[in-house]
Amino acid sequence: MVKKILEKGYLGLILALLYAPILFIIVFSFSNSATFTFKEGFTLEAYRSIFTSSQTPGLLQALKNTFLIAIVSSVVATILGSTASIGIFSLRKRTRRMVEGINQLPIINSEIVMAVSLMLFFVTFRFPAGYLRLILAHITFCTPYVVLSVMPRLTQMDPNIYEAALDLGASPTKALIKVLIPMLVPGIISGFVLSFTLSMDDFIITQINKGAATGINTLSTYIYEDARLKGLSPFWFAIFSIIFILVLTLVLLMNFRKNVGQSDKGDTYEKQ
Amino acid sequence: MKTSIFNSIWLRAKNFRMTRKVFSYPYILFLLFFVVIPAALILVYAFLDSSNNLTFGNFISIFTDGASLKVLLTSLLVGVVTTVLCFILGYPVAYILSRKKSGKFMVLLFVLPMWVNFLIRTLATKAIFVALDVELGMGTVIFGMVYNYLPFMILPLHTILTSIDTSYEEAAKDLGADRITVFIKTTLPLSIPGILSGITMVFIPTISTFAISQLLSDYTIFLFGDSIHTKFNNNLYGVGSVMSLIMLIFVVLSNIVISKVSGKQQQGGSNLW
Repeated sequence: MVKKILEKGYLGLILALLYAPILFIIVFSFSNSATFTFKEGFTLEAYRSIFTSSQTPGLLQALKNTFLIAIVSSVVATILGSTASIGIFSLRKRTRRMVEGINQLPIINSEIVMAVSLMLFFVTFRFPAGYLRLILAHITFCTPYVVLSVMPRLTQMDPNIYEAALDLGASPTKALIKVLIPMLVPGIISGFVLSFTLSMDDFIITQINKGAATGINTLSTYIYEDARLKGLSPFWFAIFSIIFILVLTLVLLMNFRKNVGQSDKGDTYEKQ
Repeated sequence: MKTSIFNSIWLRAKNFRMTRKVFSYPYILFLLFFVVIPAALILVYAFLDSSNNLTFGNFISIFTDGASLKVLLTSLLVGVVTTVLCFILGYPVAYILSRKKSGKFMVLLFVLPMWVNFLIRTLATKAIFVALDVELGMGTVIFGMVYNYLPFMILPLHTILTSIDTSYEEAAKDLGADRITVFIKTTLPLSIPGILSGITMVFIPTISTFAISQLLSDYTIFLFGDSIHTKFNNNLYGVGSVMSLIMLIFVVLSNIVISKVSGKQQQGGSNLW
């Protein structure tokens, strides 16, 4: 009994530690002050400032860039990674292991090393600074995750099904489109979702590859540039609260749907 | 007749298997260009001085320059302390959750904050420290690191702890071990692969991230990642590359160790981590 209470208390304590900053920001986003006081009482002023602040145009532009880069790079990464998985699966064992090993590198590598290695590459081969570099960089760190989500589908697949399609007279191309790819769809979708979130969430690789002169900002680099010197204004309290609520509900919803849909598959979306 | 049909099917299948490889070629090319060559470029730049002449100066300057050495030592210190704290705080969480029926959902609660951008969370913690008049320094940096990376420790530990067959523990109990001995002699050793991957997942990001330590120390504490960033910002590509190279070697070595250890105990599954 005592053990139970201790256990619960401990879990509660750690959860409190993890959620305290988030809760604080949300509560005080209604105070329109950056000093954690309710001097003005309960007010929605901070939320109103989202539309009227001098930071608003920059924020909108950053949001647009974030989505643009995330959509383009996750679509490309999904196509590239899914087709690659089918190919990698039929490579000979040694080549396959080598390719899979290289595919792991962007995942295990520390972000800063990835970021500077890509920057050296872009600088050395004179890639034009701006969106091209950012999108290529994002494709580079997203595609390995697509491969990792599609690959297990291929290895778990019963090869007899594909062969049955061939036996029944389907051409290899038809068997590929009608039999193989539909079986990969769940993996492809989770690869896409993962890529999209990783791209939206990225800060280090974007910050280093965006190039100071281009003035391109994504949400995270804009926050960094604005808030690191001036500290957080009530404007950011409101934005952060919206982001917290949005992200937390989305992840919860996604997990519930997943659990209802396929309760025996234990592959929850994992993120590095 | 029959054999020829089989032959043709077999040939077709074989043929297709051959051609299906083609699908991997664009990505292999892509990996070559955007992963292999950039990594190789780090190695090349590490041996070049500012006017692109071959030199060992970058290596020498790292290991003789007091400031770089200080960054190296501070990083190791912050990394070790953060990792140890995350382990001490995280192992009980993972252990308790692995024995709970509702554990799976609870784990989600613990990793949920991870989905919010780390910069936002760091700025939020900083705002709270500033409001509470806490002096920004080593203490706040370590708090921020633990806060950020604790979920990375809990997750692999929980995965491994739930996968341990409880009959080992029951056997140990039946053979007369008390609870503490059961834990030390069976549970803990069996969870080593999870511990190792938790350690790398906390230690490497801690020393190599940038922004967290700067923000939470008011630019007084610089870690490896910050330093690499500053070097490249100041066009010191050579020294920056040497530091990245050190980091890269570190990452590769720790992953080799992990895959060796976990390869012995179980096959695959933890690849994502």
